[in-house]
Amino acid sequence: MTTTTVDSHTADDAHEDHGPPKGIRRWLFSTNHKDIGTMYLIFSLTMFFIGGAMAMYIRAELAIPGLQFRHPEFFNSMTTMHALIMVFGAVMPAFVGLANWMIPLQIGAPDMALPRMNNWSFWILPVAFGILLSTLFMPGGAPAGGWTMYPPLILQTGDAFPFLIFAVHLMGLSSIMGAINVVVTIINMRAPDMTLLKMPMFTWTWLITAYLLIAVMPVLAGAVTMLLTDQFFGTSFFLAAGGGDPVMFQHIFWFFGHPEVYIMILPAFGVVSEIIPTFSRKKLFGHDSMVYAASSIAFLSFIVWAHHMFTVGMPLTGQLFFMFATMLIAVPTGVKVFNWVATMWRGAMTFETPMLFSLAFVFLFTIGGFSGLMLAIAPADVQYHDTYFVVAHFHYVLVPGSVFAIMAGAYYWLPKWTGYYYNETLGKIHFWMSTIFVNVTFFPQHFLGLAGMPRRIPDYSVQFADFNFISSIGAFGFGLSQLIFVLVLLTAKKGVEADDRVWEGAHGLEWTVPSPAPWHTFTTPPKNRIAAEAFE
Amino acid sequence: MIRKAFLSVLGLLAAGAANADWALNMPKGVTELSKETYDLHMMVFWWCVAIGIVVFGVMIYSLFAHRKSKGVEPAKFSHSTFAEVTWTAIPCVILLIMAVPAAETMIKAEDSRNSDISIVITGYQWKWHYRYQDEDIAFYSTLARPSLEARLPDSGVDVFSVENYLLEVDNPVVVPKGAKVRLLLTSNDVIHSWWVPELAIKKDAVPGIVNETWFQAEEVGTYRGQCTELCGKDHGYMPVVVEVVEPDAYQAWVDTRQDGDTKFASAQQ
Repeated sequence: MTTTTVDSHTADDAHEDHGPPKGIRRWLFSTNHKDIGTMYLIFSLTMFFIGGAMAMYIRAELAIPGLQFRHPEFFNSMTTMHALIMVFGAVMPAFVGLANWMIPLQIGAPDMALPRMNNWSFWILPVAFGILLSTLFMPGGAPAGGWTMYPPLILQTGDAFPFLIFAVHLMGLSSIMGAINVVVTIINMRAPDMTLLKMPMFTWTWLITAYLLIAVMPVLAGAVTMLLTDQFFGTSFFLAAGGGDPVMFQHIFWFFGHPEVYIMILPAFGVVSEIIPTFSRKKLFGHDSMVYAASSIAFLSFIVWAHHMFTVGMPLTGQLFFMFATMLIAVPTGVKVFNWVATMWRGAMTFETPMLFSLAFVFLFTIGGFSGLMLAIAPADVQYHDTYFVVAHFHYVLVPGSVFAIMAGAYYWLPKWTGYYYNETLGKIHFWMSTIFVNVTFFPQHFLGLAGMPRRIPDYSVQFADFNFISSIGAFGFGLSQLIFVLVLLTAKKGVEADDRVWEGAHGLEWTVPSPAPWHTFTTPPKNRIAAEAFE
Repeated sequence: MIRKAFLSVLGLLAAGAANADWALNMPKGVTELSKETYDLHMMVFWWCVAIGIVVFGVMIYSLFAHRKSKGVEPAKFSHSTFAEVTWTAIPCVILLIMAVPAAETMIKAEDSRNSDISIVITGYQWKWHYRYQDEDIAFYSTLARPSLEARLPDSGVDVFSVENYLLEVDNPVVVPKGAKVRLLLTSNDVIHSWWVPELAIKKDAVPGIVNETWFQAEEVGTYRGQCTELCGKDHGYMPVVVEVVEPDAYQAWVDTRQDGDTKFASAQQ
């Protein structure tokens, strides 16, 4: 193994002789896409539990009417921090972790294009969230103005304020660098005959997501910088007293915020589009129309932001435009759902854990899509806006949407990462508990919102007591169910050894390398013959 | 606190059994626009149900019929231009059917001309201030005392025993039935939002900006709502109560208000 001229059989082993450094150096100084991917995934799971603990506090407070625990301001801190941690700490890094691991394997590249930047973009995150979490102990408490950070309220934050802004800047920096890396890798490092339209769907959706990130994260950075200068340097971008406009912040924020929604769901579409064909033993239906649909969604996401603002007082024509544009999103999203169903149609399905999570994704994301369509109808949105109906809607698209897709992806690729099949029984218990409890938690919230319960309140009128109690029971059940996933991970290497292909119906380059995937893969581009077979 | 929690759970069970308030749907409300909003909501809802039945129906059938365990040979197709054009075109048509009535309602909702009464509403952390533009009436409206005292963790009061817990104020807004009431909303500090579900209006009160909306209630009654834009610590404790009364009763209310409160009101402006 001292020679560097290798054929396709030994390509994977070429660097075995100088394998990973030992100990902490392997992780701290890592430029290896697999190690960095693993770190992203572990980080994201940690944040998922921290944000989840905050959600448990929120549901415990809301289980029965009356104030149960602490000051309402602490409740507001919890809702704010829960959202920031789940969005920027759990969901986004999880998808970046999957991207790090799988994009080079899917396109036959030896690593990400910019490995040192890859290291940096990961290691910024623990710092950013260390800063964010430290605000919990600062005078004035953690930020409590909502994750949307609307001024003037957010300017009433205590000592935590500059730390919040700095943390958001760091998260944005990390995301932008991660996104640049994804774009450069995909554009430059594909296997020789892998044209753009031959790329797997997960890689495709990530390419689109990466462009969205590059486009909107700087906008968020700009918005929070203006908050910072309003607070400390005497500007009045958003302060009415100095001639500024508080609503302008909302326009800028949601110009970031709406594409952000698709940043969190497009890679989920990609994961599910990998898994459903595998377990249906049938090619993905309408690969190209999936690409066009994802691109249309990405384009539309830039021109619908003000649908978050139908009650701020916009001109009639503005409201009409944003209503129509928002309704249009239903078309490409529908195409995606129809294509998944058509992929299953007349396949030969089996129901391993990744498939179960993907099927639940299709069902429950579609329900979230339906409430999304209802929210698009501006006059009705006036009633739904800022109520639990909205809370139910976005949790349906984010929890059984994004989070289920991440879980599905983790189970799907876990044997490739570890070399062993996970415990299928535990996986199925995890799936069924999660699916039952996620519905018990969030479905009643539709009723609460329609009956008139606003969001972000620590206490409520007694007429809302029954459904809140049910929702809290569901939330505790969902929280506990996620511990099963930890058990799955702890026992991940105790199962049956996996072969290269892992799943009977799996196709793609990632299944041509051994399981577990060696530290270095595709040090020479995959031979055309292998590649061509993998694309079939 | 434990005693209170215990009382609350008991109250919850009692409420569940006695006067179960398992409200599932949006109220129809008491204005023409609130009824139109309700109809729009239901129309879109039923479209979603119909689409859901078709999509989920096909999917569930497939989940049972197309299993490997049934010895199915997977089909080879992966593309059908006809199907793809169809399921792009049909949703477009459905969206058009929804968009037309939605736009009509929105145009009506934005037309606040020819109002009978104008009330300036100013949001404060954490109360509302109302000023009747033509009547020289102005007052603050804050959370009623029984709720205020019961809400604290160590109050020892069972919140189920408080009437209209968190939805009662000391000074409600009073308006006559059938009058077109124009609301001008602004704020003194942070952004608030004024919402009464039965009137189907929700409008943000933004500092430095005056927003406009209107309603015309057709039924006498007391309608309750809350602030719906996070405005800080006591965001959950600034309810809105609107009393719609017969025009005579409104005039009587205006007379008593103007006698007693004129000085107070002008001092507040």
